[in-house]
Amino acid sequence: MVRLNINGKDHDVDVDPNTPLLWAIRENVGLTGTKYGCGIAQCGACTVHVDGVATRSCSFPTSAAAGKKIVTIEGLAQNGVLHKVQQAWIDHDVPQCGYCQSGMIMAVAELLKLKPKPTDADIDREITNICRCGTFQQVRAAIHAAANA
Amino acid sequence: MNFVPKINRRSFVVGAAAVGGGLSIGLELPTGPQVVRAADGSPEIGVWVVIRPDETVVIRTARSEMGQGSVTGLAQLIAEELECDWSKVTTEYVTPGQSVARKRPWGAFSSTGSRSIRESEKYVREGGAAARMMLIQAAANEWKVPASECSASDGTITHSSGKKTTYGKMAEAAAKLEVPKDVKLKDPKDWKIAGKPLKRLDTADKVVGKMEYGIDVKLPGMLNASIKACPVFGGKVKSFDTAKVDKMPGVKKVAQVADNAVAVVADTFWHAKTALDALPIQWDTVGNEKVSSATIAKFLEEGLTAEQAFVGNKNGDVKAAIESGAKKVEAVYSYPYQNHATMEPMNATALYTPDKCEVWCGTQDGEGAFGAVVQTSGLPATKCDVHKVMLGGGFGRRGRADYVIQAVQIAMQMPGTPIKLIWTREEDMQHGAYHPITQCKMVGAFDKDNNLTGLHMRISGQSILASVLPSRMDKDGRDPVTFQGLNPSGETAFQYSIPNLLIDHAMRNPHVPAGFWRGVNVNHNAIYVECFMDELAHSIGVDALEFRRKLLGKNPKALAVLNAVAERIGWDKPAEKGRFRGLSQMMAFGSYVAGATEISVEGDKIKIHKLIGATDPGYAVNPAQIDRQVAGSFVYGLSALFYGEITVKDGAVEQANFDTYNSLRIAEMPPVESILMPSGHTPWGGVGEPTILVAAPAVLNAYFRATGKRIRSFPLKNHNLQIA
Repeated sequence: MVRLNINGKDHDVDVDPNTPLLWAIRENVGLTGTKYGCGIAQCGACTVHVDGVATRSCSFPTSAAAGKKIVTIEGLAQNGVLHKVQQAWIDHDVPQCGYCQSGMIMAVAELLKLKPKPTDADIDREITNICRCGTFQQVRAAIHAAANA
Repeated sequence: MNFVPKINRRSFVVGAAAVGGGLSIGLELPTGPQVVRAADGSPEIGVWVVIRPDETVVIRTARSEMGQGSVTGLAQLIAEELECDWSKVTTEYVTPGQSVARKRPWGAFSSTGSRSIRESEKYVREGGAAARMMLIQAAANEWKVPASECSASDGTITHSSGKKTTYGKMAEAAAKLEVPKDVKLKDPKDWKIAGKPLKRLDTADKVVGKMEYGIDVKLPGMLNASIKACPVFGGKVKSFDTAKVDKMPGVKKVAQVADNAVAVVADTFWHAKTALDALPIQWDTVGNEKVSSATIAKFLEEGLTAEQAFVGNKNGDVKAAIESGAKKVEAVYSYPYQNHATMEPMNATALYTPDKCEVWCGTQDGEGAFGAVVQTSGLPATKCDVHKVMLGGGFGRRGRADYVIQAVQIAMQMPGTPIKLIWTREEDMQHGAYHPITQCKMVGAFDKDNNLTGLHMRISGQSILASVLPSRMDKDGRDPVTFQGLNPSGETAFQYSIPNLLIDHAMRNPHVPAGFWRGVNVNHNAIYVECFMDELAHSIGVDALEFRRKLLGKNPKALAVLNAVAERIGWDKPAEKGRFRGLSQMMAFGSYVAGATEISVEGDKIKIHKLIGATDPGYAVNPAQIDRQVAGSFVYGLSALFYGEITVKDGAVEQANFDTYNSLRIAEMPPVESILMPSGHTPWGGVGEPTILVAAPAVLNAYFRATGKRIRSFPLKNHNLQIA
C-alpha cells in the first residue's frame, strides 16, 4: 500500500512499489487524463508534477512519489479557474487529437514556473514532448501567450 | 453505464449508450407519426439533427474525429444550412449498429483518404437544409401561414408579420413532418458558419484531461489485457507456460488469441503486462525467419528491370523516345517501411455474451470495425455494435480492425466480462500496418532541343491493397492505389504533360504487412517524381520552376498552386547568402498542392527556415483547421524524411519504441506557412493528407542546390543528416 497525495487528496493505492506512477494514477486512482505513450520516458504524454517537478510518470516508481504532492492535468485548474496554460491552449485552439496535450500542458506549466518569460530557445530546450499530429506551431504561440497572460 | 435495450411491440432501441453517456439514439417505431428520439427523448429532425427543448442543437456524425477537425467541419456544414445558433451546437457519433438497423441513413463512416468532408459534404448539407425546412414548416403550420413567408436564422423562425418562435419550441412538431427530398443548398459565397475559421468544438475537454479516448474506457467489472503477437509476421504460437505466471498479482487468465498471439488478462493493465513479460512463449516462425531489410531490398531491386509490370499511366512510346533521345537521365530511388506511431497505442474494449457483442474503441472506420465484430463474434449484425470514442491519432493505422478483432477474441473467452485490450508501444511499433516499401527507377529522355520527350517511372515494391484489401484490386492483380498522384485522370492525376510516358509497377510483396499511412502512396511517389523533375531540369541547366511550368501548361490549377508558393518564397529573387530553395507539386486526394522551402546547410545539419504549402481543395470549410492540418502534415512528413524507418531482421521489426523510431520535436519544427486557395472545383478535395507530400521533395531539392548532393534513399538519418 502506498499513500499518494494527488491534486490535494490522499489515496491509498494497493500496488507493488515499483509500479510506474502512471499506472497507479490511471488504474488505481482512476484519473485517466494522464496518458500512456511509450513507457520509457521518451514521449512525455504521461507528464505530471511531483513536488512541482515535471515528471514522466511512466518511468517513475509509485513508491518514490509517496509523501509528495502530485498534480495531474485534472488538478491543474484551481477553484474552477483554468491554469493560464490551459486557457492559452483554448485561445489558440492548440490540440488536434489531444492525446499528448495533457503531458504537453503539464510540461509547459512547469517551464513557465521556472522561466516566466521563456524564449524560443528555452522552449526548444525544455519542451521535448512528442506530438504526432504536429501542433508545435500552435504550442509555441500559446506558450508565449500564456507567458504574457 | 451500459444501456439495457428495451424491446417491446411499440418500440425498440438500437445501440447502447456509449461510455460517458448521452450518445445513444432510441429508435421508436410508433404506430402514430414516426418520430425518432434521442436517448434523452429529444426528437430527430431528419437523421442528422436533434433539437432539445433548451435549444441545444445536436449534430450527428458518422465519420471519425482523430484530430483532423472533421467533426467540427461537418457540424459547420450542417449548421450552415440549418441556420441554427452555432453557440448551441454539440455533436454526437452515431453507431454502425444503428446505421445497419436504419438502413444506413448516415452513409459511410470511413475517415481515411482525407474523405470525411469531401465525400459527405453534399448529403450532410442537405440534411441540415431539410431540418431547417421542417422547422420552418412546423412554425408555418402553427401560425397557419405559408412557409414561404417565414425565414430562419440563428435558431429563430420569423414570419413576415414579425412573429417569432425558436427551433427548440418547434422541434416536436417538426419531427412529425416528412423529411423533404427536394432541398436547395446555399451558394457557398453566402456561408456564415461554414468557410469560417471557427474554433474546434472538442478542445475544452482536451485541456483538462476529460476527453475520453479508447484507452480510458471504463466499464463495470472490466478487466485489462496485454497482448504479444508472434514477432515474426506470419509466425504462430507454438506453446506457452501459463503456470509460470497465473499466480502473479491480479492475473485472471492467460489466453491464446487466434493462432499467432498470447494475451494475459488481469485486474489492471500493469499486472497484465508484467505477467505477459514473464510468460515464456515459444513461437513457430518457420517461413519468414530469414527475411531482412537486405533481402527485401534485393527482392525489390529485381523488380526495377522486370518484364512484367502493371501499367498506371501510359501515352506515346516511351521506349522509342528514350532510345532515340539526345540525352538520357537515370536515377534509382528507394523509400522505407514506416510506422504510424499514433500517440495512443492500439486498444479496444469488448464485451461479449452469447447474444450480444459490443466494442468501444477509436476507429477510423466504424463500419469496418463493426464488420470485424460481427464476423469475429459470429453473432448477427443486429446483436453487435461499435461505440466510437476520440482517437489518439489515426494517420491510417486505425482504419484496420486487427486490434478490435483481438479484443473480441479475448472477450469471447470470458463471456460477460468487459475486456480492455491495450497494446504496449512495443507491440504497436512491431505489429503495424506499415507505409509500403518501394524502389523506383526513373528514366528521362530529352531531344536535341532539350525538350523532355520521354519519362519512364518504374516502381517496384509493395501493394497496400494486396496486404489489406485484396478485394479492391483490379481483376488482373493490379493495385490502382499504387498510382496515387500518377494516374492519367481523376482525384490523384499526374499533372505533367509528357509526350511519351510510362508509369508502371512491378509488384513485390514482402511478408511485412503494409497499410494506409497518412498520404499513402503519394509520399514516395512525390519524392520520386519531384526530385527527378529537379534532376531533369538540372541536367539541361533550366530553372526548376520554369521546367515545371512548361510541363504543367495544360493544368492551370496545378500551375496556380505552384506559382503561389514560388511567389511567396520569392523564387524570382535570389535567396540571401547561404540559403537555398526547393519546390514540389502534385495532386492528391482531390486537392492541388505545392510546396516551397528555404534551407541552409551547416555540416550535417539542415536548417529549414521556411516551409510553405499551398492547397486548392475546391472549397474550404474551416481555414484555421486546414492551416493546422498543413502544419501537422509537415511534421509528419519531415519526421518521416529525417527519422522514419522500420527495418527488418530475422523476419521481425527491429524498432520497438520512440528511442529507435524518432519523431520531430518542437525544436525541429520549421516555420510553416499555409496558402489556402480554394478555386471552387468539384468534386471537393481533402486536406488532411495532400500537403504531406510536398515537404520532403522540396527540402531534398533545396538540399541538392545547397550541396550538389542528390539523396535518393531515406530517411536522412542514414546519411548522417540532422534537422537543425
